[in-house]
Amino acid sequence: MARKTAVQKPSTLPVFKLRLFVAGQTPKSTRAIANLQALSEQHLKGRYTIEVIDLLESPHLARGNHIVAIPTLEIKLPKEVRKIIGDLSDADRVLVGLALQQVG
Amino acid sequence: MTKHTARKKPAQARPVRKPRRLHKSPTGIQGLDEITGGGLPTGRPTLISGSAGAGKTLFGLEFLVRGATRFDEPGVFMSFEETVPDLTANVASLGFDLDQLVKEKKLFLDHVYIAPHAIAETGEYDLDGLFIRIADAVQRVGAKRIVLDTLEVLFSSLPNPAILRAEIRRLFVWLKDQGLTTVLTGERNRPDQLTRHGIEEFVSDCVIVLDHRIRDQICTRRLRVVKYRGSTHGTNEYPFLIDQDGISVLPISSLGLDHSAPIDRISTGIDRLDGMMGGQGFFRGSSILMSGTSGTGKTSVAAHFVDAACRRGERCLYFAFEEAPRQIIRNLRSIGIDLEPWVKKGLLQFHAARPTYGGIEEVLLVTHRAIARFQPHVVVVDPMTTLLTVSTLNEVRSMLTRLIDFLKMRKITALFASLTTAGSDLEATEADVSSLMDTWLLLKAVEVGGERNRALYVLKSRGMDHSNQIREFVLTNDGLRLLDVYLGSEGVLTGSARVSQEGRERAAGTFLRQQVAGRGLEIERKRQIFEARLTMLRAEFEVEEEAIQQSISESKLHAAEVQESRGQMVRSREADASAYTKIRRAPSRGGGR
Repeated sequence: MARKTAVQKPSTLPVFKLRLFVAGQTPKSTRAIANLQALSEQHLKGRYTIEVIDLLESPHLARGNHIVAIPTLEIKLPKEVRKIIGDLSDADRVLVGLALQQVG
Repeated sequence: MTKHTARKKPAQARPVRKPRRLHKSPTGIQGLDEITGGGLPTGRPTLISGSAGAGKTLFGLEFLVRGATRFDEPGVFMSFEETVPDLTANVASLGFDLDQLVKEKKLFLDHVYIAPHAIAETGEYDLDGLFIRIADAVQRVGAKRIVLDTLEVLFSSLPNPAILRAEIRRLFVWLKDQGLTTVLTGERNRPDQLTRHGIEEFVSDCVIVLDHRIRDQICTRRLRVVKYRGSTHGTNEYPFLIDQDGISVLPISSLGLDHSAPIDRISTGIDRLDGMMGGQGFFRGSSILMSGTSGTGKTSVAAHFVDAACRRGERCLYFAFEEAPRQIIRNLRSIGIDLEPWVKKGLLQFHAARPTYGGIEEVLLVTHRAIARFQPHVVVVDPMTTLLTVSTLNEVRSMLTRLIDFLKMRKITALFASLTTAGSDLEATEADVSSLMDTWLLLKAVEVGGERNRALYVLKSRGMDHSNQIREFVLTNDGLRLLDVYLGSEGVLTGSARVSQEGRERAAGTFLRQQVAGRGLEIERKRQIFEARLTMLRAEFEVEEEAIQQSISESKLHAAEVQESRGQMVRSREADASAYTKIRRAPSRGGGR
């Protein structure tokens, strides 16, 4: 299991637990990781954790987390678990998924 | 590329197997392997297409369960719709213990769940997550079979169909590389398409369509092999059934008519009926149609046949579609046939069910199963016409074709009783079915003179000399008895008509004899009259003769008197004394005659 934890800073606002599922070090996953880090740093500075899970190394996690598409970003919100698929190059959509931006 | 890496991992898990010629993996689904000539193409995908509720999921599961339990081929079931507990519960009623198979590592179940509202697309993606799950599952049980039920659900939950199509194509390439025999289900909601999103384009090897129709509130399921690359297969629609033993497809057992034709004969159980068929009865393995209106004695004829078979020590299977076995046994005792000992000995088995309970397929299936289990020598279906109430004539005909083929392959002699509607043309109604039959006995009721009598004749009997006579029979308390053919001037007569006709003829005979005797008497009488007349004539003659004689003598007397009176005159004149004397003597001599 490849675990990569980003910078954590104490804050009063809710902390976003982000898990990114990838399969190997492919251009798509590399791109997704880079996009996620940039986005989080820009919008969630100091209140997020990122966990990158390589399913090639732990395939059983794919089943347990209902992962079908790769890359999948799993966002644990207080009320629900959201999944965003794709390489996260569409920043606006990611922000909608993160509930940081209204749909529109 | 991601694709590259994803393929690498499963490839390590199992060596790549490339079949050179077409191998087939038996499905273990009853009847399907016969239609497909051995099963589904090994290491290739097969599409099972059908509308909702057609039995696709069950097909897939049975394919895996049979593979795991019978053919030592573990399997993976990827469910895109039902959850694992649901699946397990749904097939438990069919006797499939999925939990046990999972424990034994013969089966792996995975539910692929995607909540569509929780998914947003933010760029390029692939299905490696799914592929990894599949590869992992395959590796865990060493799977040789896999079912994807229903992959197309992905289209409704994941965005970007173009990516999906490319990924599905990649999946099939991978599955083939793995040598996995794949069953892919597809939902068909229009008759002109096989799957909703056209994924059949990826499955070019074998396509099977499942279908279910409801007619007259009876559901019939059908299966058709639409395509099977590199293999011959039955192309018909085959009825199939889902019951406690899973799926059963009922193929027309032989595509060709190549069953053997035994020449040995078996008795009908009625001596004189044997006599009507060349003295030996039916051919073994032949199919006999016995039709007649209600109450013409079909069951009685069948009972004799059954009884005779059991006496020969043969096993006999009796399908009773209208009467309960106990009732049949009880009723037959009244004609002196007791079938109960045969039942107890295990030579006779009854199968009683109302076919309306299930569809025609169910009947056919139950029949097939019972025959396969009991291995009878003789089968009686009484009456097969009940089947017409659950299906159309065409279907019944097709079912009978199957059944008869099946029976002939096993050299089983079958007697089909057929109830003809009163008033309809006996020979026309069953013409469709009769062509399948080797022998056709017709029982009929003859109504004459206020009574109903039974008659039977052999309408046809292939390959044997048979009587053309209509024979009356009676049901005595000592069994069925064929009577002599009554060959009178007024055709075949039965019952009292025959008796009375015979009486009439006897009477006519007596009359004739009396007539002859009477004529004899007349001659006698005439002779007497003649003789009487003769006597009378003689008497008359005598009377006349006497009269004539008398007149002659009178005349003579008269002449003498004339002479004498002349002499008296002479004498009175005394002309000659001597003359007078002479004349006087003469009349006294004549008068004294």
